[in-house]
Amino acid sequence: MNGFLHQVIAGIATGGIYASVALALVMIYQATHHVNFAQGEMATFSTYIALTLVQAGLPFWVAFFATVGISFCIGVVIERVLMRPMANAAVLTHVGLFIGLVLVVSNLTGWVFDYTVKPFPTPFHDGPLLGGLVTGHELGSTAVTLVVLGLVYLFFRHTRLGLAMRAAAFNPVSARLVGVRVGWMLALGWGLAAAIGAIAGIMVAPVVFLEPNMMLGILLYAFAGALLGGIDNPGGAVIGGFAVGVIENLGGTYIVGTELKLTLALVIIIGVLLVRPAGLFGRVVLSRV
Amino acid sequence: MATETTLPIAPPRPAFAVDPRIVWGVGLIILVAPLFLAESYQLFQLTLAAIYAIAILGLNLVTGYNGQISLGHGAFYAAGAYVAAIMMDKLNLPYWSTLPAAAVLCGLLGYGIGLPALRLGGLYLALTTFSLAVAVPQILKYKGIEAWTGGVQGVLVTKPDAPFGLPLNSDQYLYLFTILVALGIFLLARNLMASRIGRAIMAIRDHGLAAEAMGMDIASLKTSTFAVSAMITGVAGALSAIAVEFVSPDSFQVPLSITLFVGMVVGGVASIIGGVFGGLFVVFMPNVAEGISKAAPGVIYGCILIAFLFVLPGGVAGLLRRLAARLRR
Repeated sequence: MNGFLHQVIAGIATGGIYASVALALVMIYQATHHVNFAQGEMATFSTYIALTLVQAGLPFWVAFFATVGISFCIGVVIERVLMRPMANAAVLTHVGLFIGLVLVVSNLTGWVFDYTVKPFPTPFHDGPLLGGLVTGHELGSTAVTLVVLGLVYLFFRHTRLGLAMRAAAFNPVSARLVGVRVGWMLALGWGLAAAIGAIAGIMVAPVVFLEPNMMLGILLYAFAGALLGGIDNPGGAVIGGFAVGVIENLGGTYIVGTELKLTLALVIIIGVLLVRPAGLFGRVVLSRV
Repeated sequence: MATETTLPIAPPRPAFAVDPRIVWGVGLIILVAPLFLAESYQLFQLTLAAIYAIAILGLNLVTGYNGQISLGHGAFYAAGAYVAAIMMDKLNLPYWSTLPAAAVLCGLLGYGIGLPALRLGGLYLALTTFSLAVAVPQILKYKGIEAWTGGVQGVLVTKPDAPFGLPLNSDQYLYLFTILVALGIFLLARNLMASRIGRAIMAIRDHGLAAEAMGMDIASLKTSTFAVSAMITGVAGALSAIAVEFVSPDSFQVPLSITLFVGMVVGGVASIIGGVFGGLFVVFMPNVAEGISKAAPGVIYGCILIAFLFVLPGGVAGLLRRLAARLRR
């Protein structure tokens, strides 16, 4: 029973990581109706920036916020330079751009920061807490995820900018007519997603160690979580992320074994899309034809 | 509802008003010449290019012509390769018998994956198939099927020798065999796309609703296209197992699926002949890229992909078509 409890709690802790990446995916989706494949690679790149800053002697939290700021700018620039000229292109072109981005960013990461696996410092008390059930880092990263979720919620619900961003994604033409600068809202969405991705990367790196392909599996689970919760619902995505973490841990321990953990994500994705495509908390979209 | 795509559609006739017999003759000479001119390793690379061309053609049917974006075609390629390797190594069956077997099995697999894929549009399908590509190596390594797949180690196979006492070494024979298979598949695909069914497949991509209103059975056509596409890519996989003489889970990681996708975009989306350019590109480009910069062929690869999307959305085939049209004027 204690083992079971431990698995659940460990699942919630890894789920926190999936939740934050899922949140970043949903952010992009809300702001631009894109699902960015390169999200994971961008987050890894940001984490390397954070490591470089920490090694340069900056205090952890200074490096943290600096990285978040830099990542935000990178996100905005990518939207302006790459996505903007292709705003009206076919979906296939967008997918092509994302794939190109994955290739460039992941290989650039390996090129600049080399491929060796590196440890990453944690800002939290690193040791077992609550009688060995969780480590300080797990607790801390989960708390960070929840804080980010809270901020995102407040931003989208209670600020004019958040409202404008939702409007730009929901109905670009009408939003433009009432004076929302739709193009910049999209860029802002990319920036926010890159920033959230960076936070997720920094929180996950102490657990899985830093290497260029760190986020590949995580992105998959995050996507599963985002779909499970509903791709257009940030809160749902976070719950979905936590749920996928628990499912992954329990499934890996008791059902399929650790070798098929990634396949579990595939099964979740296909299952959700078949049974309830809108996700648990998503809005069912009806379209007039 | 906005119009979905503005992809170039191949004109029904070759752009040049040259006698088709001349085109065929020159084409055959180009195909056969390497047999006598190329070194063993170059011949192997050309064989690989032909194999990739087949795989990219398969991907192009479902993604380029039918508009269902698949980033997981490496999975079918892997399935075909493992079918071939297991049949040759464990069951001692002849190499040529693996191609129809791989076609049938991958066709079924593609049908099975096409069924849920029906419900997904654009990006969702892309991400789902992408996760399939991520999961494939894990499934191949799975302990429960290790007796067949050889687990992490993979399976070794041997190249066939030339039959009927042909004066060719095994590399030369395999090149010839692959070219013949490729030629057959490309002709079949061209005919399929020029037919009523082919036009229906493209109509579904361009305007699903209108296609349905015209009486096309979208669900069955989409799943069938997925199955045929998987079938073709599976045959390419089987050929690759025979040519490389080795299969292992690590040969079928995510980059394989991405490579096929890049090859399709560079060769030409929704173009039959584009597969050939795509195949040549994915085999020979890494060599050139490593010449430019040892450290990061991937960066160059990605940059080329993005550059093509911006400058040449029709790929190499589209470029040639435009040049030919200009010459004829």
